[in-house]
Amino acid sequence: MNALSQHLPRRWIWAVGPVLAGLAIALYLNLQELANWTVDHALALGPGPWKEALRFFLFEAPKVLLLLCGVVFAMGVLRSFFTPEHTRALLAGRRRLVGHTLAALLGVVTPFCSCSAVPLFIGFVTSGVPLGVTFSFLISAPMVNEVALVLLWGLFGWRVALLYLGTGLAIALVSGWVIGRLGLERWMEPWVLQVPTSDGQEVETPLLDWPHRMQAGGEALRDIVGKVWPWVLAGIAAGAGIHGHVPEDLLASFMGRDAWWSVPLAVLVGIPMYSNAAGIIPVVQALLGKGAALGTALAFMMAVIGLSLPEMIILRKVLRLPLILTFAAVVGTGILLVGWLYNALW
Amino acid sequence: MHVQVLGTGCPKCTLLAERVAAAARDNALDIQLEKVTDIQQILSYGVLSTPALVVDGKLRFSGKVPEVAELGALLGAVAGGE
Repeated sequence: MNALSQHLPRRWIWAVGPVLAGLAIALYLNLQELANWTVDHALALGPGPWKEALRFFLFEAPKVLLLLCGVVFAMGVLRSFFTPEHTRALLAGRRRLVGHTLAALLGVVTPFCSCSAVPLFIGFVTSGVPLGVTFSFLISAPMVNEVALVLLWGLFGWRVALLYLGTGLAIALVSGWVIGRLGLERWMEPWVLQVPTSDGQEVETPLLDWPHRMQAGGEALRDIVGKVWPWVLAGIAAGAGIHGHVPEDLLASFMGRDAWWSVPLAVLVGIPMYSNAAGIIPVVQALLGKGAALGTALAFMMAVIGLSLPEMIILRKVLRLPLILTFAAVVGTGILLVGWLYNALW
Repeated sequence: MHVQVLGTGCPKCTLLAERVAAAARDNALDIQLEKVTDIQQILSYGVLSTPALVVDGKLRFSGKVPEVAELGALLGAVAGGE
């Protein structure tokens, strides 16, 4: 915390913000030329693998970071329109398709931190949100997030990003529905349903004005980008370094589309790993670049960020083991199907 | 003034507790700061997202970590009889 930033007049940011945004857009549009110019003229490197690796890095790193800043800011502003309390009110008592769809979509835009998973879960279930609908929310919230989407978009194109968004939402929707149909309420820890619901202590959240929404966007930017930028840079550097150094056939032989078992293997390897989207994308990039099939790579990524062991351990406080295993099995099956589907289609 | 920070111990909860302490120091307010980590106790306030702040038994906000200045204003208002 520095005292200075608190006391800066807000007007300052209104003048500088748009200028910065304009500069960022101009930079973004001219990155390829800038990277080429730096490599070919400013540094005047001789031909060789290092030159291409540097060109790749100088183009990709600022591109992805700028995209990330833009989207994280926009999502921060968007999230200021939602609170978990609103989401709960919207979902209470809803069943079937409407409830699951709404839950999966709200999972994307509701501010959610995985350390709040337990209070959120109990708060939802005890106030009438069906168990399956709650799961649709809990699956979608970490898996479909803006950092994953931006990185996929920036590195693999909008088709892959859209694909990830669509299939992520579908997995959340269908898995939640299946869990709801199985009637697993008996496998919640008994004390959960006895928790006294809020004794009328709802905090009224005042409607934010636009300066505060912008501020929320700025905080998201500082918070998220401030945390993930080293990972993004390291990943892109790794991607640049591997350019032409790992034999392609090796990875392709066991993660290629011909090996049907590569998808379940990718899911099994992915579950115990815990990483945020920014940490895992470089790995995915390296895999794809070396000939892994898209479905296998996406399945791996979904398993790492959607089905994490630490989150299951947190949820163990409120759910009995059979319910957690069912949750993992249902979501894992969804991820498998998505992986196979895309290996078959792409 | 009895100030409780509700949270299961995630980094944001720790940060909120630190900022509350700083805000009390800056404004020369006398507070007893308590960290509530017991999940059932947290839930009894109807909190959906942590960290949350309870001052003198009343829930003030949840799911955010305000700046020190903002916390100081909140605590000051409570100390001054709202």
